[in-house]
Amino acid sequence: MKAFTYERAKDAGAAARAVAGRPGAKFIAGGTNLLDLMKIEVETPTHLVDVQDLGFDTIVKTADGGLRIGALVTNTNLAADARVRRDYGVLTRAIVAGASGQLRNKASTAGNLLQRTRCPYFYDTNMACNKRRPGSGCAAIGGYSRQLGVIGVSTSCIATFPGDMAVAMRVLDAVVETVDATGARRAIPIADFHRLWGDRPDLDTVLKPGELITAVTLPRPIGGKHFYEKVRDRASYAYALVSVAAVIQPDGTGRVAFGGVAPRPWRVEAADALLPQGAAAVTARAFRGATPTEDNGFKLPLATRALASVIAQAKA
Amino acid sequence: MKFDTPAGTTPIDRQTVIGRPHPRVEGPLKTTGTATYAAEHHDLGGDIAYGYILGAAIGKGRIAAIDTSAADAAPGVRAIVTYRTAGPLGVGQFYVQRMLAGPAVDHYHQAVAVVVADTFEQARAASALIRVDYARTTGSFDLSAQKADAPIAPKEPFGGPSQIVVGDFDRAFAAAPVTLDETYTVPDQAHAMMEPHATIARWDGDLLTCWTSIQQMNWGVRDLARILGIPKANIRLRSPYIGGGFGGKGTVQSDLVLAALAARAAGRPVKLVLQRTLMFNNTIHRPKTIQRVRLGAGRDGRLTAIGHDNWSGNLAGGRTEPSTIPTRLLYRGENRLLRRYLTTLDLAEGNAMRAPGEAPGMMALEMAMDELAERLGMDPVDLRIANDTAVDPEKPGRPFSTRAFVECLRTGADRFGWSKRPGSPASRRDGDWLIGFGMASAIRGAPIAKAGARVRLERSGRVIVETDKTDLGTGSYTIVAQTAAEMMGVPLDRVEARLGDSSFPETPGSGGQMGAASVTAGVYAACAKLRDIVVQRLGFERDDVVFADGEVRSAGRTVSLASAARLGELVAEDSMEYGDLSQRFAQQTFGAHFAEVGVDRYTGVVRVRRLLAVCAAGRILNPVTARSQVIGGMTMGIGAALMEEMAVDTRFGLFVNHDLAGYEVPVHADVPHLDVAFIDEVDPTMSPLKAKGVGELGLTGVAPAIANAVYNATGVRVRDYPITLDKYLTRLPELT
Repeated sequence: MKAFTYERAKDAGAAARAVAGRPGAKFIAGGTNLLDLMKIEVETPTHLVDVQDLGFDTIVKTADGGLRIGALVTNTNLAADARVRRDYGVLTRAIVAGASGQLRNKASTAGNLLQRTRCPYFYDTNMACNKRRPGSGCAAIGGYSRQLGVIGVSTSCIATFPGDMAVAMRVLDAVVETVDATGARRAIPIADFHRLWGDRPDLDTVLKPGELITAVTLPRPIGGKHFYEKVRDRASYAYALVSVAAVIQPDGTGRVAFGGVAPRPWRVEAADALLPQGAAAVTARAFRGATPTEDNGFKLPLATRALASVIAQAKA
Repeated sequence: MKFDTPAGTTPIDRQTVIGRPHPRVEGPLKTTGTATYAAEHHDLGGDIAYGYILGAAIGKGRIAAIDTSAADAAPGVRAIVTYRTAGPLGVGQFYVQRMLAGPAVDHYHQAVAVVVADTFEQARAASALIRVDYARTTGSFDLSAQKADAPIAPKEPFGGPSQIVVGDFDRAFAAAPVTLDETYTVPDQAHAMMEPHATIARWDGDLLTCWTSIQQMNWGVRDLARILGIPKANIRLRSPYIGGGFGGKGTVQSDLVLAALAARAAGRPVKLVLQRTLMFNNTIHRPKTIQRVRLGAGRDGRLTAIGHDNWSGNLAGGRTEPSTIPTRLLYRGENRLLRRYLTTLDLAEGNAMRAPGEAPGMMALEMAMDELAERLGMDPVDLRIANDTAVDPEKPGRPFSTRAFVECLRTGADRFGWSKRPGSPASRRDGDWLIGFGMASAIRGAPIAKAGARVRLERSGRVIVETDKTDLGTGSYTIVAQTAAEMMGVPLDRVEARLGDSSFPETPGSGGQMGAASVTAGVYAACAKLRDIVVQRLGFERDDVVFADGEVRSAGRTVSLASAARLGELVAEDSMEYGDLSQRFAQQTFGAHFAEVGVDRYTGVVRVRRLLAVCAAGRILNPVTARSQVIGGMTMGIGAALMEEMAVDTRFGLFVNHDLAGYEVPVHADVPHLDVAFIDEVDPTMSPLKAKGVGELGLTGVAPAIANAVYNATGVRVRDYPITLDKYLTRLPELT
């Protein structure tokens, strides 16, 4: 771990300014991912701005009947919220499918969106990684890629976004609210929040330096049956090989997003429209143009089968 | 004491303390966090510095240049040891790996330097400032690619001959009416124990004391002396508590060597905990095996030909993973051909991991038997029973000391409800779960070796036992104390066991499933000697003396045991040595494993629903600790069957998934109800305790039982462990 300086911000504006004005500065909230990465020098911030005193820890109803989730609401509290459980079941299910109880107690809503990939080559500083060290190459391409991405990846990077919560938020059309150092606020649809790697895999999201997430809003409830089907090699405490977040309406229409397959929660609205035709039709559209490796080609049939399971459960 | 004829009645047979389900005597220390593990000795005095190992960044090559100047100048740094400053280092006797790279780099994450600083954080930060220029050379990292050219392994110290020929395999196999010829693979596996390798090293002049975490103290002293080039007498190792090892801490690893070097260089005691990310490529592991099994049987299922070829790789001078071991003694069959092939690989050293040989060997053999049963149209249990043997198939004049194999199979089948097994594959569903049953045999050698102990009778009547045996969390403290309590006729709470100190009498430690049987026999010998002293002190006639209830009784006279030490503590030290009983009798432990799994018919996800192990391992010294050993093995078997694999990147030569997020071991949610039953038996050929180890038996056979259950559930046979869904997903039964 490289030496760094540390401050606790008093308000959001000060926090944003503190990071924006200092190259190498980063926010820290729960720290469940950042600290691990700092210990192995994958992350080497020179300055940490701790945002834990900023509040942002409540869930309130919005004017249009949705929910505004404070950026610092813990994963545990978000999953347990009665309104979330009642109206946004897919979100609760996704959160409790991730990490462990201890981590969820500490991890924040904003931090969960910002967790970095779990590609093993990203974690090993001896290996080439364009995400960790731009221009160094990608050791994962041609290497051990069973866990890695099948779509939305590039010749620079085949990593996936590893989270579960964001996959559910994608299905719910959540919006990420931010403030920057100038006090300007943005509302970023979750669909646009995570970048596709292209030739800049070092940039995970569209956030600008110093731009601070303050909340995530959920539109008003959409009803339907909610599912989060997470497929993994062991029953808990593992990243998804493939996950399916879905909300299915009584008439068979609905929405679906996939986790564990791409740099972002993977949802293709045109594929949603094919839900009444069955899982194969949806995934054929959603994964059109997929570029799996020899190791991870199984994720394509797995996505279809996991969705078929969800559709069958919805009909039951 | 010499043990060379089968035991008659012994004081142990009373079973007033032995054989009883006493909870672990050191349990309260562990549940309260007060058991001091290697890195937790905070009372050693001195100004402890911290060591941090920098691992090599390449799989094979040379250090062309190394520049430590930036690290030397970093805050808090007291010393940096590299091959240029370490002085000559030898190699241990059990592991062939070199503990410090330079100039050659033998494998990925081999230690290149150890940094010593005032704090752990300073040492870690400084290690990243060391600049190493490597000259990469072409390495060998791919067992499959080298298999064709691998020769038969040279003679090895463990596992018997590398090639065993009995009868005429080729002719018998060709003539057999029913045959099987399949190849199975078991990947590289990591011990992944909870406590990492850790050492605090302190020099007092020429004397080196290390608080560390190793399973075999006497091997540790021997190997550290060889590596450092100092006399054994100058080394004292202490491992009173070990947070798991599974063979990965058999003897000296890099933490111990580099802590000692670092402490010498810094002139201060040094604490060094091997970081988790280094454990996979820096230390030993269970190496990958490719195994071809050929079975020929009559239509009655009786085997006439057994062929088992095993390929594995290792560093130059290293040994095979001897997967043919269990095949030697498990089943009958007049014609046998067992071969072990070895190739050189530039990956971390392959060496002992829980049930070396047996665990991966059974993963192949027992899947092959399941396949053969299907070809024969026989029940898999019946096929095993049909191939029971009363004698060593290689030496028909050599009987088994005990062999309750068929009893294990029948007991298990009955207890598990095997008769309710889905008769044909993919024939049973429970909602969206495809249900399957599977079973496998279990066999593991029951070695026993010379072990010593020192027993003291204090004036208070308390009994103190000292031996260098270790406790990995297995129950050694408890069974050592139970043995002494039984022998001296005192309650368990009047005995204190002191373990894990190389200054205590030698034992084979914990490893090879020989620890429990060996150390209790050593304690028996020392106690027998102490009893003689007590009898003499108290003026009893020797023959009819009874030690019970804290008293010594004979011919109507009763004296308290404590009174024998009235004038001062009594001390006896002895060891148990062995004659040729292990040559005259095949001494093995046996078992049977049964599994029920559910496989999600959509996603292929496997969940183990229940497991049963039936074990025959001589006298069970403590049913609680023995059961814990077995369920630990069963849990490890779930991992071996379904998830554990160190993935090799054959381009760069490393195990890629070198942390506990990437190398998955079972979590609680993967582990269902585990049922364990022990067959009631004693083995008088082992020792006066008539006991055998059970820790490795609990693992062998678990993974193939689960794999066979997956086949029974799905109808898809996967011969490449672990059985992950990507290997069969598209071959699952049609979704209806």
